[in-house]
Amino acid sequence: MEQTTTKREDISSIDYQEFVINMGPQHPSTHGVLRLMLKLKGEIVEVVQPHCGYIHRGIEKMCEHITYPQTIHLTDRLDYLSAHMNNEAVCLLVENALQIEVPERVKYIRTILDELTRLASHQLWWCAFGMDMGALTTFFYGLRDREKILDIFEKTTGSRLIQSFNVPGGLMNDIHKDFQKEVKEFIKYFRKILPEYDQLLTGNVIFQQRTKDIGILTKEDAINFGVTGPSGRGSGFSCDVRKIAPYSAYPYVKFEEKLQTKGDTFSRYMVRMHEMWESMNILEQLIDNIPEGTHAVKMKPIIKLPEGEYYQRVEASRGEFGVHVISDGNKTPYRFKLRSPNFMNLSVMHHISRNHKIADLIAISGSLDLVIPDIDR
Amino acid sequence: MIKEYFKDVFSGIASLLRGMKVTLSYFVRPSTIITQKYPENRAELKMFEAFRGEVVMPHNENNEHKCTGCGICEINCPNGSIEIISKFEVGEDGKKRKVIDQHIYRLAMCTFCGLCIKTCPSNALAWGQEFEHAVFDRTKLTKVLNQEGSTVQKGVKE
Repeated sequence: MEQTTTKREDISSIDYQEFVINMGPQHPSTHGVLRLMLKLKGEIVEVVQPHCGYIHRGIEKMCEHITYPQTIHLTDRLDYLSAHMNNEAVCLLVENALQIEVPERVKYIRTILDELTRLASHQLWWCAFGMDMGALTTFFYGLRDREKILDIFEKTTGSRLIQSFNVPGGLMNDIHKDFQKEVKEFIKYFRKILPEYDQLLTGNVIFQQRTKDIGILTKEDAINFGVTGPSGRGSGFSCDVRKIAPYSAYPYVKFEEKLQTKGDTFSRYMVRMHEMWESMNILEQLIDNIPEGTHAVKMKPIIKLPEGEYYQRVEASRGEFGVHVISDGNKTPYRFKLRSPNFMNLSVMHHISRNHKIADLIAISGSLDLVIPDIDR
Repeated sequence: MIKEYFKDVFSGIASLLRGMKVTLSYFVRPSTIITQKYPENRAELKMFEAFRGEVVMPHNENNEHKCTGCGICEINCPNGSIEIISKFEVGEDGKKRKVIDQHIYRLAMCTFCGLCIKTCPSNALAWGQEFEHAVFDRTKLTKVLNQEGSTVQKGVKE
């Protein structure tokens, strides 16, 4: 960072022209319709101003007009790579508000699917991040292994990405009879493959030079901006909701919250790589111990929450996902507010990418792992 | 200084070769190829029971279904992709009864949330395993789920 600052001063003496360009909304490296307005001096980024709203669908407002079971299919479409966790937040909120205890089997299956979703999401992030850096091979390898998880999802939940599998009170249907066997096979397979990821990308000299000491986010800034998830943990901010406020079957499992202290792009990368190992540890603890029982408790045909305010948070694959519902006792919520992790993570963009080159901006936005529909909602 | 420079160069080359080794090792392991030959394997490509292809209404061999036309699926659908048109029919006992005329399902609007199937009190709806939905005319995506001339199965609760 110091080096670039000195370089910047050299450049300013030559009096480069300042100019403003739009990165996006149709830029392949922004992973969606995100428009970043950049003020540049030569190749050096001075101001990053994100412009949101290109994929705004008004999901919060739409949720005020539909019933609680119907909101599930909309929360799927926020952060589509952690659809299962988003659904779980709504389901847990309704269950806690009505004081319904779901069967142990439901808790276990939900947690297993959570971790599988996290794995699939991190795999996709890994391959897209590698591609941002110019390594095309990673894209194929990541997608190849993600396919195996999606096949497991498809058999049990019926769809691959947007599952709508959680319902208030339990699950849509019971797991497929091959589910446990296939998850175990996948863990066995992926434990062999994950070191290959490290060989391919982590140790690569080009990759290391492009990520180390780039986009440093201090712990204080992470807390101030509300950067959660792996991006916050890369700065040493202990913010794992699975640890702070355990839900579903997380109280029953032992796992570590992986922290890195440096806060640069490479630390955020390493947190996610370590999290994949931890996810597999959690899966191994749960997969053999799924208790017998029903997959859902019987709910009333029309769910009405008692009057009041409710908040439920879960750890989605990109950070803390929260649902805040104000109910006036009707079958539809009075106000449905979503705290999406990507919006907070985006807010730190300008702060950490100042005085870096444009190419580093791509690395930083890749390491924050933004999903644009979650930002705009 | 020069020593460090060369050290960096060689360790860099070594790291690149390590990555290349992974890629090259796949060339000599054809068993790791996972791609499917899709249009050719159509005959053996079977989807699973839970697969969400489309909403269907199963009929038995006597062309009978279980739908009573209560309209719960229509109420529960978040996008309005289900519409039920009912008619009045005089039953055996001479009473006028409301029965289903057309169960209209608009596949183009469906988000596959599964609430209609979950909430149906008589289990009249189910998931179909069809996944090739591409058509040239979008009106073909509006389907009538109950077959022509079909009746309600006996014993299904009103």
